[in-house]
Amino acid sequence: MEADYKVKLEVFEGPLDLLLYLIKKEEVDIYDIPIERITNQYMEYLSLMQMLNLEVAGEFLVMAATLMYIKSRMLLPADQQVTDHETEEGEDPRWELIRQLIEYKKFKDAALQLGQREEEQSNIFARSAEAADIPVEAEQPLAEVSIFDLINAFGEVLKRAGARDEFREIVEEQFTVSDKIEEILYTMRDRSEIVFRVLFAEAASRTEVVVTFLALLELIRLKRLKVRQEKAFGEIHVIKVT
Amino acid sequence: MTVELKNIVESLLFAAERPLSVKDIRTIFAEAMDEENPAVTESFRNAREAQIAAALEELKVEHDTPSRSFQLVEIAGGWRLVSRAEYAPWLKRLLDEARPHRLSLPALETLSIVALRQPISRADIAAIRGVEVDGVVKTLLERDLITIVGRSDVPGKPLLYGTTQRFLEHFGLRGLDDMPKSAELRLQAAALKTAEEKQAGVVSSVSDEKQAAPPLGTADATTATGTPNERQTTITPQ
Repeated sequence: MEADYKVKLEVFEGPLDLLLYLIKKEEVDIYDIPIERITNQYMEYLSLMQMLNLEVAGEFLVMAATLMYIKSRMLLPADQQVTDHETEEGEDPRWELIRQLIEYKKFKDAALQLGQREEEQSNIFARSAEAADIPVEAEQPLAEVSIFDLINAFGEVLKRAGARDEFREIVEEQFTVSDKIEEILYTMRDRSEIVFRVLFAEAASRTEVVVTFLALLELIRLKRLKVRQEKAFGEIHVIKVT
Repeated sequence: MTVELKNIVESLLFAAERPLSVKDIRTIFAEAMDEENPAVTESFRNAREAQIAAALEELKVEHDTPSRSFQLVEIAGGWRLVSRAEYAPWLKRLLDEARPHRLSLPALETLSIVALRQPISRADIAAIRGVEVDGVVKTLLERDLITIVGRSDVPGKPLLYGTTQRFLEHFGLRGLDDMPKSAELRLQAAALKTAEEKQAGVVSSVSDEKQAAPPLGTADATTATGTPNERQTTITPQ
């Protein structure tokens, strides 16, 4: 697939963010993570991200290796367990990862609360000598919806498109991101809002789905569109920015 | 007209462009001089901190009424008169402020880690978050929410970061103890250090000093020896 348009998107979240997202989504117990299931999910997401050419940090790959390693250790019977220098004998091979996740989660909670305080403080004023904080172009969050929610939705649409592939003629068509950007904007011309998957209803191939999704991400980056999710893991809505 | 201590304090709070601590106010009383009317300023020269603190509490209560559009709050280690939230729309118009962008969640997370584990190095922040933090740290430094507070003794002598006064003001915190999750996560760091030191067989009086709470959001030039998370993990990027 030729990307005429290099959609450069940095994912600021890391592998721990993804794991916490998956744990929440799969509704599993963080203290007793089903390593096989979570590892499979994780690898799926990783391949989707790579498919999209997202700037995936090396740490994601390191984590993939770590998960594999933990998985393999869990498969060994207890008496054949190799104890490495990190873990004590008899310790659950998942323990270090779980400990790290739990600690990180606490900091995430603290961050959310800090965010609320920031919100409250923004409505309170005092006499101040200096000009307001210089509006620095801080790295902007991609959307109100997390990148993993978007990737999840993309994955679902991709599966549906894959199923459709079999029943259509393979037409060699070149899709460019710019074309798809125009197309999306055209679709939205009379509407202020549209459900995510409707944008992909006409997509005839997996390639088309990928290009359409990249176009959507670019429009979000350009602030022409934004995305919203009413409830966790619910339907994603694409909204025109006025 | 008699000048009361409480009113002097109120006038200071009214005119100040930053939070005033009890110490700040006491210093003002000690140094203020009215040349035309020296007797008055003299009479307050030895105002005690207890008196000032009492005056502040009284003022706080007096201002805490719906008929007032502003209130007295404790923030960033001092006291400040601030408007009530209900009046935000009009004040925003008056101040015509280009409000800075809200911090992103990764930035808030990084900031929380620094706030609760300072002094802390970039590598240790990254170890907790599981991902590189260079871009975010740069942003937070630019916005004067964190600052360099020293250097670690470990090989490479990495820089250590801590939060600033502005950090406390930006989030309306009275002090670092006011940080969300402070009880849970700050204690943990101290306990972690003790556990690791015991493991390494290090027992010294220096470790007791390290347990003391870090300075209240101010830049501190002293170096910290050793970092809390030295353990090797396969997950950490180094």
